[in-house]
Amino acid sequence: MTQVFFDIMAATVIIGALGVVLVRNVVHASLFLIMALVGTAGVYLLLSVEFLALVQVLVYGGAVTVLILFALMLTRARELQERLDGDQKPLAAVAALALLGALIAMVNQTVWPRDINQLTVVPFNSIGDALFNRWAVPFEVASGVLLVALAGAIVIAMQEEGET
Amino acid sequence: METVTQEVPLEHFIVLSTILFSIGVYGVLARRNAVLILMSVELMLNAVSINMVAFAVYTAPTLFTGIIFAVFVITIAAAEVGLALAVILRIFRNRGTANVDEVDALKW
Repeated sequence: MTQVFFDIMAATVIIGALGVVLVRNVVHASLFLIMALVGTAGVYLLLSVEFLALVQVLVYGGAVTVLILFALMLTRARELQERLDGDQKPLAAVAALALLGALIAMVNQTVWPRDINQLTVVPFNSIGDALFNRWAVPFEVASGVLLVALAGAIVIAMQEEGET
Repeated sequence: METVTQEVPLEHFIVLSTILFSIGVYGVLARRNAVLILMSVELMLNAVSINMVAFAVYTAPTLFTGIIFAVFVITIAAAEVGLALAVILRIFRNRGTANVDEVDALKW
């Protein structure tokens, strides 16, 4: 049963991802991106990491996609009607397939640890515990990175004096 | 009651994240619109997160290192998207295009 759920989630993620890289309409591509990201949230749920699934839907499915849609609107990607793929497309396909083949061969040759323990739902409070005790310094650094990045984004995108 | 770790082997999650990563690589290499390249980068970041969470759950269920790393990946990805979109917007305003192969002022 769990295997069936895994297959459904994996299919959602992969179809969404293929949609992002293959479709000819940029807005459709971003909608496929939402599909792939929400599918990823499903995979997290399957691994019983509820907290990450929630964060994934909120941050990726919500904020990041809205930002990307805004960027598409502001760069007029719909109106300009240009080719979306470069001339290097066949080479890109060869490179991606080679990478896929190499990685899958590696996965097949490695002996992975078989399971072992009962899976328990990862409780919210133990994630918070780990985040604020063991990982407190990286957490603070991450908040500094976010602050600097967002201030930088505003400065870069700001309309300058005399600019149309 | 069956759990994921008993029924679905770890390889399945690794293969899923491998496929997702390869699709992202293809998107980054083949697309020419900067926003679409950014979307493919997001796919690759997601593949890495899936990988780390799966390893965390299967091999070290009492430590949350992989999960915490995924939280940081999501945080940094949000910062990266905001910054990258500001840069793309600025390039579009200065050069009238968001296609990476037309922004070739550094080319000899």
